[in-house]
Amino acid sequence: MARVVVDVMPKPEILDPQGKAVLGALPRLGFDGVTEVRQGKRFELEIDGELTEARLAEVNEMAEKLLSNPVIEDYAVTVVA
Amino acid sequence: MTDPDREQPWADLGLKADEYAQIREILGRRPTSSELAMYSVMWSEHCSYKSTKVHLKQFSEIPQETPVGKMLAGIGENAGVLDVGQGYAVTFKVESHNHPSFVEPYQGAATGVGGIVRDILAMGARPVAVMDPLRFGPLDAPDTARVLPGIVAGVGGYGNCLGLPNIGGEAVFDATYLGNPLVNALCIGVLRHEDLHLAKASGVGNLVILYGARTGGDGIGGVSVLASETFDADGPAKRPSVQVGDPFMEKLLIECTLEIFAAGLVAGIQDLGGAGLSCATSELASAGDGGMHVELDRVPLRDSTLAPEEILMSESQERMMAVVEPADVDAFMAICAKWDVEAVVVGEVTDGDRLLIDWHGERVVDVPPRSVAHDGPTYHRPYARPSWQDALQADGAEALPRPATGAELRETVLKLVASPNLCDKSWITDQYDRYVQGNTVLAQPADSGMIRIDEETNLGVSVSTDCNGRFAKLDPYSGAQLALAESYRNVATGGARPLAISDCLNFGSPEDPDVMWQFAEACRGLKDACLELGIPVTGGNVSLYNQTGETAILPTPVVAVLGVIEDVTKRTPTGFQSAGEVVFLLGETREELSGSEWANVVHGHLGGKPPVVDLGAEKALAELLVEGVGLLTSAHDVSDGGLAQTLVESALARDIGVIVTVSGDPFVALFSESAGRVVVTVDHSDAERLQELAAKHGVPAAALGVTGSDAIDVDGQFALPITEARAAWAATLPSILGG
Repeated sequence: MARVVVDVMPKPEILDPQGKAVLGALPRLGFDGVTEVRQGKRFELEIDGELTEARLAEVNEMAEKLLSNPVIEDYAVTVVA
Repeated sequence: MTDPDREQPWADLGLKADEYAQIREILGRRPTSSELAMYSVMWSEHCSYKSTKVHLKQFSEIPQETPVGKMLAGIGENAGVLDVGQGYAVTFKVESHNHPSFVEPYQGAATGVGGIVRDILAMGARPVAVMDPLRFGPLDAPDTARVLPGIVAGVGGYGNCLGLPNIGGEAVFDATYLGNPLVNALCIGVLRHEDLHLAKASGVGNLVILYGARTGGDGIGGVSVLASETFDADGPAKRPSVQVGDPFMEKLLIECTLEIFAAGLVAGIQDLGGAGLSCATSELASAGDGGMHVELDRVPLRDSTLAPEEILMSESQERMMAVVEPADVDAFMAICAKWDVEAVVVGEVTDGDRLLIDWHGERVVDVPPRSVAHDGPTYHRPYARPSWQDALQADGAEALPRPATGAELRETVLKLVASPNLCDKSWITDQYDRYVQGNTVLAQPADSGMIRIDEETNLGVSVSTDCNGRFAKLDPYSGAQLALAESYRNVATGGARPLAISDCLNFGSPEDPDVMWQFAEACRGLKDACLELGIPVTGGNVSLYNQTGETAILPTPVVAVLGVIEDVTKRTPTGFQSAGEVVFLLGETREELSGSEWANVVHGHLGGKPPVVDLGAEKALAELLVEGVGLLTSAHDVSDGGLAQTLVESALARDIGVIVTVSGDPFVALFSESAGRVVVTVDHSDAERLQELAAKHGVPAAALGVTGSDAIDVDGQFALPITEARAAWAATLPSILGG
């Protein structure tokens, strides 16, 4: 068993309307001093069996094909345990 | 500083050698990189219409008036504006967002909607409805499964968030659109006559205000690169740079802009679309009476690392530019602040005749604005009737094997009803909010979309978009006229008087003389048809390079027709409304099967000549339909799929069947796609009145039968139960797209 985390973020040059909305809401709630918010998503995958190089490559493929939209998003794969 | 002897990257920016030489000649020196960026985007095919303007200019020969009055703003403005009576004016326009929607279907389609909405807003109109004519590859192709759901979700996502009803459009499938889907977006706006605003920068000393979203790296080079080159060509500048839409920002922009208009605070206004600030500054300045000076470093940025040329080319969405008198600036800023819209004075109108742009004190642009916005290159591209055109036209579908028995006719009806182009489209349209704002009178699957614009008087407008690209391939001149005729007829079918057209001309590469001939023929056809019908072209858009490899799309001149109806509560509904009514077929049926859905679906055949266009007959039919409001209990246009499809759709509207008797060859009667035909119903007691009305207008009217029962019953041939027809019609999209 292994746990792999895939973090997906909008690419830096891409407009992030969700992050912008959060940035707008923070000062309205009295939280000052935040200059930028980018909102992404996190996937935690439980992988059966040993996490081989081949399995990890497969996780990257999952991230590329399903978990992210590579046209507008970047992803990062991290092995947690 | 850059080395002055270094070769400039004009070729990577999409400029040709002679265009670069022309820029040097205009300026009398080497352009700066910012100037080069501006010229390259503004002289791209998408912005300059350099290959097509020699053909498009014939549209301005059409008298600029509609059957009910003069146009208040014509071709060349952001969108044409029509008088519809009672002090109201309406503006509408259709544009393409094809290539961006292939790269990123959701955002491409979403920003297509956003762009056309801002065009309408810039005329001073409140956007009231949108429509989206869409074209995809074969329904079962893997790439269609990628692009269709994204595009539909993008259209719905953006329009629904704005609170704009989506009242119609098309979804058409053909192999030539695989790898090059078409996403055309139309918006309708309403204004009072006195609220009309034109895009110009006048009045020396007036300030130039940029307001709306911040500028980021969105779509840099997109306008010249994405819209003007095919995808399979390699090159460093070809990277997709996707614009992301923010419909909530756009909603604020709409309300903010309308309040600014109402307060009388703008001298000129322009939306930022393709080519962003390059386009807005040069177009505003060249339409005004002076020059303009802009300090580019005042532009609010989302990404502080952007270079000036990138800021000039950025296509960040949800931005507008206004020209405001100095005394009005505070009031302008106060309204922007109220709507949470960032606004910055970026420049002023000057008494010179140059567009000057500075970046941190350094002059980066010093150009005559007209040379950027209007005096781009004009190409007289070679065009010639394709060598294959005669052979294509000689291969008519009339010779193909036909169903002979009643049982075979029945099978053919079922097969066609379930085919991708004729099946139920609610999988798509159910994702769109069709009734928000409570003014939608007709929407999909009606022949046209109809919107009430005055709640007291019930004045309304109606719009339809149509194009049969197969007809246009067989004969682009009459194919374009058939698109116009169908759209015109669809508007009249609901009881509205057709007033004007907007067109979105989607074609392949202009460098191919075959394609250029298709384009020239389509334009000629539209102009001739407009002259004969007495309606103007109010504007539109051209999209070229729609091809995959060497294969161009079917020529697809999408024509939108707008009509006016004095009282929407009296419109004629689509489809049978109750049993026991008499069914008539108006118009003449000929043996016209080439390019038909029958030939396409049953035989995979495309050849022959398209149906005959008789614009005199179309006009007479439209007049009958408009005068018949109140007499006609329902009306439905006969087009794709022929009479059989019209009868099935009319029956499915309210589960009311029909018993008809067809004269002559039943196959031809049911499947011919002759133009100029509509199925109407009237109360039993009104049958004679209808015949008198038809005689008055010189329109053939044949009694077909009576509504009622639970089947589509063609006497002596077959009876198709409504339940069976519905099952076949409704199953197609969900079975392939899921859900």
